[in-house]
Amino acid sequence: MTSLPETTSKKLGLVIDLDTCVGCQACATSCKEWNAGGYSAPLTDQDTRGSDPHGTWLNRVHSYEVGDGPDSRTVHFPRSCLHCETPACVTVCPTGASYKRASDGIVLVNPDTCIGCKLCSWACPYGAREYDTDDGVMKKCTLCVDRIYNESFAPEDRVPACVRACPTGARHFGDLGDPGSAVSLLVKEREGFDLLPGMGFKPVNKYLPPRDRRDLTTASAPRAAERTVAGSGSLADRFFAWADKTLAR
Amino acid sequence: MHPAYSVIVFTTASGAGYGLLIWLAVAAALNLVPRDPALGFVGLGVALALITIGLLASTLHLGRPERAWRALSQWKSSWLSREGIAAIVTYLPAGALGLGWVFGEFVPGQIATGAWLSVPCALITVWCTGMIYASLPTIRAWDQPLVAPVYVVLALATGGVLLSLLLAAFGYDPRWAAILSVVTLALGWFLKARYWLAIDTAPKTHTAEAATGLGRFGTVRPLDPPHTQPNFVMREMGYQVARRHAEKLRRLSVLLLFVLPIGAGLLLLLDLPSPFQIAIASLAALSAAAGVLTERWLFFAEAEHVAMLYYRGGVA
Repeated sequence: MTSLPETTSKKLGLVIDLDTCVGCQACATSCKEWNAGGYSAPLTDQDTRGSDPHGTWLNRVHSYEVGDGPDSRTVHFPRSCLHCETPACVTVCPTGASYKRASDGIVLVNPDTCIGCKLCSWACPYGAREYDTDDGVMKKCTLCVDRIYNESFAPEDRVPACVRACPTGARHFGDLGDPGSAVSLLVKEREGFDLLPGMGFKPVNKYLPPRDRRDLTTASAPRAAERTVAGSGSLADRFFAWADKTLAR
Repeated sequence: MHPAYSVIVFTTASGAGYGLLIWLAVAAALNLVPRDPALGFVGLGVALALITIGLLASTLHLGRPERAWRALSQWKSSWLSREGIAAIVTYLPAGALGLGWVFGEFVPGQIATGAWLSVPCALITVWCTGMIYASLPTIRAWDQPLVAPVYVVLALATGGVLLSLLLAAFGYDPRWAAILSVVTLALGWFLKARYWLAIDTAPKTHTAEAATGLGRFGTVRPLDPPHTQPNFVMREMGYQVARRHAEKLRRLSVLLLFVLPIGAGLLLLLDLPSPFQIAIASLAALSAAAGVLTERWLFFAEAEHVAMLYYRGGVA
């Protein structure tokens, strides 16, 4: 049913550390690999050998430039379904294919009843849902529902594929409804935040902000004595200015 | 938003069909037109054909059209589901009205009952169509109180233009229908102008800084995109019409949808010979059709989706 559960016993979700993410795309590719054979199969691509290769992926890693001047920084930003507490993608669904599980809060699409109307993708402000044109149904992050409860896996593998793949430990998985869980404590300690809190969908996934720089010398402007030699315009001055610039490379 | 032709045809054709159905139902209930079976057959036939073409066109938008029946189940939360149910329910009184009008009443009061039930059913259906869009806070241009009223008024206006043509073609006095058209077209023009003013002046409240949560570190600008070719989100949500094209197309849709059909409606008030009336009403219908298609295309093309903040930065 597309009506939302009153409460969920757990709030399973991800905590993504924007401080340690290096934008390597390992989470995105491992997600694609796992889900092309798991719950979301087939997860198709189109025109793969042509001039417009594109396809359905459930996790996308952006890179942003944030701030200006010496304080600017590059932030790598993985983006996937946030498994909101009150997701509009579920309530707009006309068929009941989109649903939020009362047991653990995971938002899923039933691929056997989805009609591919795409309205859920319009309702999501996070661009988290991607329509599979070959399969004719909507696809989204399943939080690797087919891994996390899989008892044939070693315990350390019972996490979403993106979490298992992250080489810098920037992705954490757990119950954000339990204030004592490791992920909840991490969010508390690092002041994790919601994306677009003003939209009111109460995302479960949290993001951790980049830490303050410990050593600002490399980022600050060069000290006066080290500044490039400013030539007055004579040939010798310009030669020394050129030499200074070249040697400083 | 990507202006999908199936959805543009769905909303405009079914809108005009429901508008014509409403006016024919009012005319039948109030005895404004003679109980001419041919008029009933062609009039309600055109109305139901437009409605059906629109609904079938909407299923072309689906990835799995064979499962469309499933869309009737979630009326508790989904406006799309409500629209589907209202559309199907409307066939019942419309069918009773049409069969009674063309073949004579099977049960006494069939025409009046069918007519009076058709009006609210059709109005509710068009309202639900508008609410599918108006209920999405992710799209600023649609999250506006005038969206659903404009859908309803434009359905009545385009239906009125068709009714004028129908009456003229059958040699009946089209003047009352022309007055209805002029009034509803003028109201539609007023509401659409207010709507455009609203979306041009409403503040853009969502920012790339809020979308990424990184505003505390300064402005957020896209540096490296996550993929080289546009994905579904960019293809579906990233469509944007250039500002100056939008201005031109707004003027074009005002001319075709409001100015020319209102002028034609006023000409129909004169006591012109029948061939002139038919020609004028035909031109008004063609103009309004082109105009409402332009208006609906713009409704999609001008709408920006919040998710594009992740790709474009800025505000939405």
